[in-house]
Amino acid sequence: MTTTLKPVDAVLVGFGWTGAIMGQQLCDAGLNVVALERGPWRDTATDFATGFAQDELRYMWRHHLFQNVAYDTLTIRNNTTQQALPMRHLGAFLLGTGVGSGGVHWNGQIWRFLPSDFLTKSHNQQRYGKKAVSDYDLTVQDWGVTYDELEPYYDQFDRLCGTSGKAGNLNGKIQPGGNPFEGPRSSEYPTPPMIQTYAPTLFGKAAAELGHHPFPHPTGNLSEAYINPLGAQLGACTYCGFCEKFGCGNYSKASPQTTVLPYLMRKPNFTLKTESEVLRVQLTPDRKRATGVTYVNSAGEEFFQPSEMVILSAYVLQNVRLLLLSGIGRPYDPKTGEGIVGKNYAYQTMSSVNVFFDDKILNPFIGAGALATVIDDFNGDNFDHSGLGFIGGAYIAGMVTGGRPIEMIYTPQGTPNWGLEWKHAAAKNYLRSFSLSVHGSCMSHRGNYLDLDPTYRDIHGRPMLRMTFDFTENEHKMSDFLTDRAAEVARAMKPREIKLNRRTGSFSVVPYQTTHNTGGAIMGSSPEDSVVNKYLQCWDVPNLFSMGAGAFPQNAGYNPTGTVAALTYHAAREITTRYLKNPGPLVQA
Amino acid sequence: MSSHDELDVLRSDPESIVDLDRRRFLVGGAVAGIGGVAAAAIHDGELGGPPQSFRGSVPWQEGTADAPPGASGSAYAFFSPAEALFIEAAVARLIPNDEVGPGGVEAGVPFFLDRQLAGRFGQGDHYFLGGPWPKGTPEQGYQSRFSPAQLYRAAIMAIDQYVGANFNGAAFSKIATGDQDKVLKGLESGDIQLDGGVDSKSFFGMLLQNTKEGYFSDPIYGGNKNMAAWQMIGFPGAHYDYKEWVPRHGERVPYPPVGFKGRPGWTES
Repeated sequence: MTTTLKPVDAVLVGFGWTGAIMGQQLCDAGLNVVALERGPWRDTATDFATGFAQDELRYMWRHHLFQNVAYDTLTIRNNTTQQALPMRHLGAFLLGTGVGSGGVHWNGQIWRFLPSDFLTKSHNQQRYGKKAVSDYDLTVQDWGVTYDELEPYYDQFDRLCGTSGKAGNLNGKIQPGGNPFEGPRSSEYPTPPMIQTYAPTLFGKAAAELGHHPFPHPTGNLSEAYINPLGAQLGACTYCGFCEKFGCGNYSKASPQTTVLPYLMRKPNFTLKTESEVLRVQLTPDRKRATGVTYVNSAGEEFFQPSEMVILSAYVLQNVRLLLLSGIGRPYDPKTGEGIVGKNYAYQTMSSVNVFFDDKILNPFIGAGALATVIDDFNGDNFDHSGLGFIGGAYIAGMVTGGRPIEMIYTPQGTPNWGLEWKHAAAKNYLRSFSLSVHGSCMSHRGNYLDLDPTYRDIHGRPMLRMTFDFTENEHKMSDFLTDRAAEVARAMKPREIKLNRRTGSFSVVPYQTTHNTGGAIMGSSPEDSVVNKYLQCWDVPNLFSMGAGAFPQNAGYNPTGTVAALTYHAAREITTRYLKNPGPLVQA
Repeated sequence: MSSHDELDVLRSDPESIVDLDRRRFLVGGAVAGIGGVAAAAIHDGELGGPPQSFRGSVPWQEGTADAPPGASGSAYAFFSPAEALFIEAAVARLIPNDEVGPGGVEAGVPFFLDRQLAGRFGQGDHYFLGGPWPKGTPEQGYQSRFSPAQLYRAAIMAIDQYVGANFNGAAFSKIATGDQDKVLKGLESGDIQLDGGVDSKSFFGMLLQNTKEGYFSDPIYGGNKNMAAWQMIGFPGAHYDYKEWVPRHGERVPYPPVGFKGRPGWTES
């Protein structure tokens, strides 16, 4: 039996970063808002207090804060000739669940994409010719929104988080000490950059000697105490080295809990329901309007929540799956190239270089999620790609997120994985090694997409999402070129030895890479080539909005959260100023 | 139907529902047979708690801190005597003992493995084990129907059978250490194939990973005895604040390792 609830103005499906931001914006506009979160309530004092937050086994390896695949997973294959099989244990990416979701256990790496990243097709075509954007069956697109349009909203997210960093481009003027390649910023970071430990400092010196332009990584692990515009207070980071995969017990990492919830939870027009999983979006018979959502709670009770507006604010993979399960938009077919929902799934192309010293104590356990010195000289189109045979790039970071010993012991090339030789290498190198991270873009490709699995079902009997994905030649060439550049910096640090961990072979679900899944509900300037318009409004169902990195037509060489948040604020602004007065399409098709 | 949704259905003015905090709904949950003590135990930070609704305040509930469950006792709860012999022998080869640092056995890894396999990890609480179960490609990762506990049980039996057939009926624990290393390498590479539906590479990967977990995790879980593995590499453990050390480049941090329950020096041996 399905119980019909009282109608609301807006229902949020999922309650991480985009749900929290959208909830705050819509409630401030006076709407009656209900958020449905499939996982539990979480707060700092209860769930990751400093007394037990630094627990590598429980959080990283036992997945205590992550989506439990026993309840819900997806199937994965490299190409359509294979049978997709379930991700039976989280590996390559660590999906979130619960209040705050991935915003609880992220590293806090806050980036803006480059102005040219929003014009991936037109910019590269203009500079390198048509072949550059169509080789290897690439299906890259422009975003339908520009950096300049998003800048105020990037700035808004920085002020929400109190982002620590140093501007490299203030209103068009290049600033010493910052990233000279970034798009123009309207204001300086709210708080100064973190203080760099030894390893990132050595990286910065070596990179500068090579003529590169090192700068401190912008970070949501705060360098000093900060009170944000909502009145939420964050404390200075203590460099404990437990950010990614962990909750911060110190209120030092920007998260929905530390930046939005203290304000939003007090609003009388906001209701949060936990342990409540949305099964599908309900539509009118003509399928042009969403009437609400059907959800089931952990007691097995099913409800219909009618709503004037439906906001998909779950993770990329859940948003795309809900679109497919609800019959919204045309599913993408890689054979014909027709259809749009599920198209242009992309990821992040990661590689690294380990650096080993004899004479330098690096203390890798003194770390933070975004504690790094970075060069952006080889990201996006910051360098001439002529003759290189690829588009895109990566930032290279001398980064120390922590020294958690189960995960982060580096041993030299040729060291076995066990036995006395391994133990001796671990004992010798732990304090004297670190890793350069190469954080690469991932272009979209005709054969990479998301759809519904024909075989495997979740606990509700719904088809699982099916991911078909592999790295293409563009990504392999980009990653090799960038890994070589990282190796040059590594050698310039004059270590005893280095080890290159190149991105080779097919995508594997086993080793952790990064939880930066993108695409499948892409944005654009027309319903022919996108699911949502520049305000993340569904072309086919104008009272449905789909948040998150699903909107990325391809992925840039940066962490996605800054852009995800900026797109959310950009959409919220348009909804509250224009849509509410006159509900309907915000962009005419 | 849970109480909060009844309220939403029956009341005409949702604005009148304020200050519905966690405490109230845990009390509401008691009507459905969930007592206060059980409710606290349910709050394990993962899916599966009672549905709750929050409005008008930041929820707060005493006695629900999500502290980690430690290992207790000393006798094996999961491993049979024969299995224990295999595990102790294998762990001693994966991380041998010498003057540089503790071996896996000396660090308590077999006891750690036992408690992990006897508990929720062993039951596969974070594994999807539903069918069908084709083998898949290496890139598709773990594709067994076995939970970790089932896999250990089946694999240890299959390995002892393999060793018996190739080493004159001996068990793994009884053959020379050089031969043990050869068997372990054969499992690691997949060159040794096992009976009983066990994928040798999958099992070896899990055993090695779990062994390193027991070696380097907080001692509350039963391994990393006296934090000697942390001492060996120079990891100070669960320190909370390194601010004063951030600018002190190249200096050795002199703190002895500390865990959730304090330092080894603070307790009698």
